[in-house]
Amino acid sequence: MKSAPLNAHRSIDDIEIELFIAAVHQKYEYDFSRYAKASLKRRILSLTEAHKLAHISELIPLLLYDDDFISEILGYLSVQVSEMFRDPHVFKKLREIIVPMLATYPQINIWLAGCANGEEAYSLAILLKEEKLLERSNIYATDISHKALDIAREGIYSADNLECFERNYQLAGGSGAFSDYYVSKYNYIHLHPELKKNIFFTDHNLACDGVFCEANLVMCRNVMIYFDKELKNRCLSLFTDSLVPGGYLCIGTKEDISFTTAESHYKALTQHERLFQKRF
Amino acid sequence: MSEASLSVRAIVIGASAGAIETLIQLLQPLPSSYRVPIIIVCHLPASEGDNMLSIVLARHCQLQVKEACERETLCSGTIYIAPPSYHLLLEKDLTLALSLDDKVLCCRPSIDVLFMSAADALEEELLGILLTGANADGADGLVAIKQRGGQVFVQDPVTATVDVMPRAALMALKKSHLSADAVENTQGLTRRLLSQL
Ligand SMILES: C[S@@+](CC[C@H](N)C(=O)[O-])C[C@H]1O[C@@H](n2cnc3c(N)ncnc32)[C@H](O)[C@@H]1O
Repeated sequence: MKSAPLNAHRSIDDIEIELFIAAVHQKYEYDFSRYAKASLKRRILSLTEAHKLAHISELIPLLLYDDDFISEILGYLSVQVSEMFRDPHVFKKLREIIVPMLATYPQINIWLAGCANGEEAYSLAILLKEEKLLERSNIYATDISHKALDIAREGIYSADNLECFERNYQLAGGSGAFSDYYVSKYNYIHLHPELKKNIFFTDHNLACDGVFCEANLVMCRNVMIYFDKELKNRCLSLFTDSLVPGGYLCIGTKEDISFTTAESHYKALTQHERLFQKRF
Repeated sequence: MSEASLSVRAIVIGASAGAIETLIQLLQPLPSSYRVPIIIVCHLPASEGDNMLSIVLARHCQLQVKEACERETLCSGTIYIAPPSYHLLLEKDLTLALSLDDKVLCCRPSIDVLFMSAADALEEELLGILLTGANADGADGLVAIKQRGGQVFVQDPVTATVDVMPRAALMALKKSHLSADAVENTQGLTRRLLSQL
C-alpha cells in the first residue's frame, strides 16, 4: 500500500529546510529555526545552487562531514550589507538629541548588535569623536559572523562606495570632512586606527546568548527584520535588560516595537528615526 | 469566470520604468470595497526614506494605499508598496517581511523576490501582474507563480511605456512552456481585475 504524505500541503523544500536547520543547530550552536522563513529559504536555496546541488537536503552531508563548511553556511545565511552612516538622518538625530544626554555620563557604553562589517561602529566612533566623547566611550560591536567581525576589525573598505559614504557623512551633520578619517590605498580606504581604540568587536549571538553589557545606548538596526516574532521579542528583552534606566534604543527605520512585549518599557523620542528611551 | 479566480487571496504587481502612470491607470478604477489585497514592488530611486509612489497612488486610488511594514498582516481593501531599498516578501502566514539581502538583478526591492515568496506562500491562490519596465526583473518570478499553479497577467508590450520587462517575462514563460493568462493593455487588465475577482 502506498501511504499518502502526512501533510500534503507542506512542500518538500520546507521539510528539507527544517532538517537542514536542525542539523546546523545540532552540530553547532547556531539556531536559525526562529528566523523569518521566506528570506531564509532564498538564502538556503542560493547556497544549494552555488554547490550545484539538486536538493537542499544534500547540504546536510556537507555540513556533517566537512568542518569548514559552516563558515560558508553562515556567510550565506546571514547577509552583511551595510554602509557608513546608513540612514544619515538617524545619525543626525543621534547627534542632536541623544549625544547631549550621553555627555552627562562619566562613561558611555554603547552596544551595537548586528554590526556586520563594522561600518556602523566606525560611523558612531566618528560622531563621538567630533562631539569630543570618544575617549570616554566604549562601543561594543557584536555579530554572529566571525568573517564579518574580522573585516570590521580591519577597518578597510572598498573605495567604490566612497561617494555614498561622503554624502551620508554630510547629511549626518558631520562637522569636518569624511576624508579626515581615512587614507586611500589603491582602491581601498583605511580608516584611522585611532577610531578603533574604543571599539570592541565581539562574537555574540542574539538567538542564544545573554545580556552583553550595561549600556547607555543600544543600536540594533536591520537585524530583527530577519527574526520571527518570538526571537524579536527575545532580542528586545535583552536590550531592555541591558539598558540603564533612561537609556536609549535605536532600531532600523523600517522596524517597530509596537505590539511587542518591550513596547511598554519605552517612550518614543522620534518616530521617523526610531529612537526610543527606556522608561525610568 | 474560472473557479480558481474566486480563490485569489493576493495580487502581486511588479513595475519599473514608466510605472507610476501605468499603476494609476490600472488601479484607479478599483473600488474601495475591492476584496483582494495588492502588493507592489516598483523600482524607484530611494528618496530619503519617503515612499513617493505610495503618496502619489494614495492620491489617485480609491483603495487604501500604504508603505508595507514588516510583520504586517495582509488586509482587504489595501495596496501595499515595498519601501525603497528593502526587499519585500510574503510569508506563509500572509504577513509581510522585509530584508536587506543582496540586490537581485541589480534591484532592491526585487520583483522576483516578492513574486517567488508569494508563489511559495499562496501557490494557486495568487495572481501576479507584470507591467512596464526596462529590465528583466519579474520574469523568473512570473514563471515561479505559474509553476505553482497561480495566474499571471502581463501588460501587452506594445502598449507598455517601456517594453523590455513584459517582453522578457513572455519569453521566460515560453521557455518554460508556460503562457500568461492574459496579455493586454491596462484597461483590459483592469477589466479582468474588476470582473474576475
Ligand atoms: C543587514 S545586516 C545589518 C547591518 C547594520 N546594522 C546596518 O543596519 O547597516 C544584519 C546583521 O545581523 C547579523 N546577525 C544575523 N543573525 C544574528 C544573530 N543571531 N546574532 C547577532 N547578529 C546576527 C548578520 O550577521 C548581519 O551582520
